[in-house]
Amino acid sequence: MSKNPEFVKFDKVDKSYDGKVLVVKDLQLDIAEGEFITMLGPSGSGKTTCLMMLAGFETPTHGEILLDGNIISNIPPHKRGIGMVFQNYALFPHMTVYENLAFPLRVRKVEKDEIDKKVDKALSMVSLNGFETRMPAQLSGGQQQRVAVARALVFDPAVVLMDEPLGALDKNLRESMQYEIKHIHESIGVTVVYVTHDQSEALTMSNRIAVFNDGKVQQLSNPAELYEKPVNSFVAEFIGENNTFNGEIVDIDKDKCKVKLANSEILANPISVKSKGEKTTVSLRPERALINPSEKMDNMFTGKIEEVIYHGDHTRVRLNLLGSSEFILKVPNSTSNLELKVSQDINIGWNSIDARALDPK
Amino acid sequence: MSSETKQILTTDGIPLEVSLKKAEKKNKIKAFLLVAPLLLFLVITYIFPIGDMFMRSVDDKMITNMLPKTFKAMEKWENLEELPPEEVYQSFYEDYKLLAENQQHGKLGQRLNKEKNGFNTITKKLFRQIKRKKIDESISIKEQINKLHKRWRNVEYWLAIKRTAPPYTVAKYLKGMDMYFDSDGSITQVEEDRRIHRILWLRTLEIAFFVTLFSFFMGYPIAHLLATLPMKYSNLLMICVLLPFWTSLLVRTASWMILLQQQGLVNDFFVMIGLVGDDNRPEMMYNKVGTYVAMTQILLPFMVLPLYSVMKTISPSLMRAGKSLGGTPFVAFWKVYFPLTIPGIGAGCLLVFILAIGYYITPALVGGASGTLISNQIAFHMKTTLDWSFASAMGLMLLTGVLVIYWIYNKLVGVDNIKLG
Repeated sequence: MSKNPEFVKFDKVDKSYDGKVLVVKDLQLDIAEGEFITMLGPSGSGKTTCLMMLAGFETPTHGEILLDGNIISNIPPHKRGIGMVFQNYALFPHMTVYENLAFPLRVRKVEKDEIDKKVDKALSMVSLNGFETRMPAQLSGGQQQRVAVARALVFDPAVVLMDEPLGALDKNLRESMQYEIKHIHESIGVTVVYVTHDQSEALTMSNRIAVFNDGKVQQLSNPAELYEKPVNSFVAEFIGENNTFNGEIVDIDKDKCKVKLANSEILANPISVKSKGEKTTVSLRPERALINPSEKMDNMFTGKIEEVIYHGDHTRVRLNLLGSSEFILKVPNSTSNLELKVSQDINIGWNSIDARALDPK
Repeated sequence: MSSETKQILTTDGIPLEVSLKKAEKKNKIKAFLLVAPLLLFLVITYIFPIGDMFMRSVDDKMITNMLPKTFKAMEKWENLEELPPEEVYQSFYEDYKLLAENQQHGKLGQRLNKEKNGFNTITKKLFRQIKRKKIDESISIKEQINKLHKRWRNVEYWLAIKRTAPPYTVAKYLKGMDMYFDSDGSITQVEEDRRIHRILWLRTLEIAFFVTLFSFFMGYPIAHLLATLPMKYSNLLMICVLLPFWTSLLVRTASWMILLQQQGLVNDFFVMIGLVGDDNRPEMMYNKVGTYVAMTQILLPFMVLPLYSVMKTISPSLMRAGKSLGGTPFVAFWKVYFPLTIPGIGAGCLLVFILAIGYYITPALVGGASGTLISNQIAFHMKTTLDWSFASAMGLMLLTGVLVIYWIYNKLVGVDNIKLG
């Protein structure tokens, strides 16, 4: 059976709560069967609204949502068969773990033996066997989270929605849960729509990421492409760290352009600029700029160290370069460590292909 | 596990437990001093009056103190089927003479008359004889008294005096349940057509039960709305709910009288929309309908507020989870939302029921004859008959009833589950 590339489809969906402001604008998004897609964006960008529309708790103001080719805008939430993991888990506090997991099966009138089997299977999936009789309040945050995931999966839904499920956990637990959820997804092949504002979470877990801002999808692509090749300055800024230069195009050809800054010129890779005279923001990842590069690079400048911050596995260096004192360098912690001292002058170089000339900020 | 754990010492060698107690002692004293005024207030205004009420309700010392010699002599009265021996008459005469000199004989007559009808007449007769000095103390007192009235020759009357001997009695409680001690001291029910208190108890319970039920069915949706509406609407609704609190009870009851009477606004409206004929206006006041309507309205906030405070804490995502897991809105409500509101339901119902059971002004004003509840009876005995000990006894019975309900509730739901907010 071939996988349906349009298993979930948002077709020109608009959403407004007050009739004045569009929270979601003309959303067009296809989600393939078995895919792990993440909606990533700052708060108020419309990502949770999209999830709520898919779950059926909000109705689109305009447009249709299709699930496996059927319009679901008029189907109430309980008939959609979509599993959901909520931000604060939403475990039923008056039911045991077993009863929580059995709830979706009982309302579907599944036989008792079958329920036992499925609950057992779901609990072993999140390695919580033996916790059946506990109440949710007797579980730790991570365990509650795993129960919530198991409950959303126990009735074999076609799609599982997760609304910032790891937001309430501490950092270590969050990271281990990320892998756990990813492995569960890989082993059962369910379609997952995941909402988060944490970019590293999105990069670790997803097949594809839809970056939301201002009610629109800014970029939809796999994590590597999103990080390496952001299509606009919002995405470049939002995902990972970023050094920016604001300037004006003075010369442009197919894969190179010259950008005039306040008092110098740099070479960059034209992404969303087309002609001379356009304003642009050039984006460069900190790890793509090297100190005293051994190979020849087409951008070579000298900067002055303003600040050195030790981070253990790497050292962050803030430079005054090309008139900006916010230029960040990441120096990996290796045995051949350089002597880095404040107010020392160093040579910096990067390739023009890594400096992406995007829309002006 | 060994119970002998090693004693831990602080750095200066004092056992840790001792030094902990020492450290906490100050805090405990401080805390106690903070609550002491309230405690004192409660003892003076609550514990003490209840104790006093209890004493009053069982107190029967008056007559014990009036006839000390009589009761002492009666201890030797063995054959209770025959009239008491001469000593009893002699002692009774001496006691009575003393009372007559102190102008206390009237009280005794009244008190004995309550015990057995007809005493007032014969004691007055005895008083007149004593006043006119017609009793010859040198010959048998028994014969002289017996000659005064045939009732003195009836052993029942002497038995009645004997029954009043103990300083404490539960007679008032029995009376509250339409029972009494008959002449041989056994508990008997009063005749069927005079069992008024039992009707009142049942009516009180019935009205309290239905008012609780109506308040619950009306209060639950209101509380739910309050908890889920956006702030600007819920504030307005909250004011509407609380408005009755800010109005005097009498004003509210009076306005219900204006609304519900036969020529009142509600009836006018029914006639206007053609629901009833003008000559056929239904009676909505001076019967149970009026009592239910007015009491439900007045007690509604006590149901809504605890429910609201519980519902406010229930995350809306729980209902959503219920629905997204496949429960219809009803299933999600019944299996998820409703069980979580039980602490509020318990608190609200308990509050309304307990308040309703002691309600008094409203049912008396809008309930007519059927609005007489047990508390009206208590007030009646407090103010009109001045039988305070009977009023106290009924008050305590009411209190006991409330405690029993509280106990049952605790067994069923658990008091820890009450949530008042």
